[in-house]
Amino acid sequence: MQDDLQYPDADLRRIFRDSRTVAMVGASPKWVRPSHFVFRYLQQKGYRVIPVNPQNVGEKILGETVYGSLADVPVKVDVVDIFRNSEAAGPITDEAIAIGAKVVWMQLTVRNDAAATRAKAAGLEVVMNRCLKIEYGRLFGELGWCGVNTGVISSKRLRMNR
Amino acid sequence: MSEKQSFGFETRAIHAGARPDPVTGSRNVPIHQTTSYVFEDSEQAAALFNLATFGFIYSRITNPTVAALEERVASLEEGRAAVAAASGHAAQFLAFFTLLEPGDEFIASRNLYGGSITQFTHSFPRIGWKGALVDPGNPENFRRALTPKTKAIFVESLANPGGVVVDLEAVAAVAHDSGVPLIVDNTLASPYLCQPLEWGADLVVHSTTKFLSGHGTSMGGVLVESGRFDWAKSGKFPSLTGPEPAYHGLNFYETFGDFGFTMKARAVALRDFGPAMAPMNAFMTITGIETLHLRMDRHVQNALEVARFLEAHPRVAWVSYAGLESSPWHSLAKRYLPRGAGSVFTFGVKGGYEAGRKLVEACELFSHLANVGDTRSLVIHPASTTHRQLTDEQRVAAGAGPDVVRLSVGLETAADLIRDLDQALEAAAR
Repeated sequence: MQDDLQYPDADLRRIFRDSRTVAMVGASPKWVRPSHFVFRYLQQKGYRVIPVNPQNVGEKILGETVYGSLADVPVKVDVVDIFRNSEAAGPITDEAIAIGAKVVWMQLTVRNDAAATRAKAAGLEVVMNRCLKIEYGRLFGELGWCGVNTGVISSKRLRMNR
Repeated sequence: MSEKQSFGFETRAIHAGARPDPVTGSRNVPIHQTTSYVFEDSEQAAALFNLATFGFIYSRITNPTVAALEERVASLEEGRAAVAAASGHAAQFLAFFTLLEPGDEFIASRNLYGGSITQFTHSFPRIGWKGALVDPGNPENFRRALTPKTKAIFVESLANPGGVVVDLEAVAAVAHDSGVPLIVDNTLASPYLCQPLEWGADLVVHSTTKFLSGHGTSMGGVLVESGRFDWAKSGKFPSLTGPEPAYHGLNFYETFGDFGFTMKARAVALRDFGPAMAPMNAFMTITGIETLHLRMDRHVQNALEVARFLEAHPRVAWVSYAGLESSPWHSLAKRYLPRGAGSVFTFGVKGGYEAGRKLVEACELFSHLANVGDTRSLVIHPASTTHRQLTDEQRVAAGAGPDVVRLSVGLETAADLIRDLDQALEAAAR
């Protein structure tokens, strides 16, 4: 990813290792949407993913009930994953702070520096303009399968899981 | 990439894309000589077919050995992603098919490998793609050839066979002013001598058959994406930024971001036309790349010695090697090819077409064949071979006139190469 944001691999690995539950704001029930790809991929990697989308409240996405807001999610959330535009990411970040999430993750093209500053001040970690699925695949060996330059070089056996 | 690549070129030439196998610990990249891969279950199979997860289906689309090569070349070019193909020509096809619709146009340098000129001027028009060939000596020539239908500009960083060096930064600026990508064929330079993406190119293609593989054993090609081109900005590339009908309406740029172009080239062009690289060829090429930096330094050193010998030879009319001070491209070479101007160049033998033909036949150490970038030294008379399909005018424009002899200087002892050319020049004069 070509931007001025820097997220050391060690920090991202720690986020993947220490997190269990992801609340995905803007999760789409349509299988062809990017959010749906990330949703099922994270489920397959053993994360619980909870969809948040006011347009689909009460429906199910890949077996999980859709909630209208982060405040409605009845379980503890580690990562708030934002599939909304950069402006909308502001108030969503504030909700993430309010529910005690540990990480705010904004997907590709989503970036809100002011929200990031507020989240960091509240003790949260923030990742912007990155994809959870792509970064997981990059750090744990799967992204290179489709010819992507992962930047990972090591003489150790590849560990495929976090 | 989160961080600027922190490993040096040589380290990446040996390690990028190739960690020890997670199951066996195999240190070298295994040759995955298989057509297909067992699915975990039907749900995983469906996810793979939808591109919703990473994994292997069929070796026409992805193969673990080929993937290791793809990542390695992407790393050496400082690109974001790469897709390999059966040959350099196939890689070019993947690039154009992913960019152009029928009726679209592109602009190319007229100084190209003869096979590319034929591909562009005879076969591509039958798919509905029209290419304009321009003299790359003045970057403004590209600007003058632009039309609203232009979707790409294509050049060779170091042109085959004429030794022409293109002002990449200036041509990239012309391309970007009009919202189209610059594609650079970096075959003759290799990523060790030239880094086109650093100068603003957006896509790089290689015939890996040449210096990357390096030993004349394996056909192959690769297409590398920088990850920096904004496909949405100009509105000229709806098939990347809108729903793709060949993939259930998937939006490749939105879904895969800075490697969306590569994913589309693979999942549509490679899938549907099928010019996949063989795993064995990928393995041979990976092995070759591990010594690329050492080989290129020696290729350049030998080429310079041979070129200086020829320049001083009474039976040689001219030498076109950008590594020589006499070359009109010497200053561009110093900028874009700081470690040397490669080892493929041309010279003119006094006596024209007949003398050129005779010289090639008289060589005892240089091999007379149609390839470049081998450990062995190679010689050919382009007018009667690689550029035969072109018109007389196109041949001269491409640097393949009647008296032109092309050398690919290999890694033998330089004095032996010089002795062979010396006797062949004498024989050609008889």
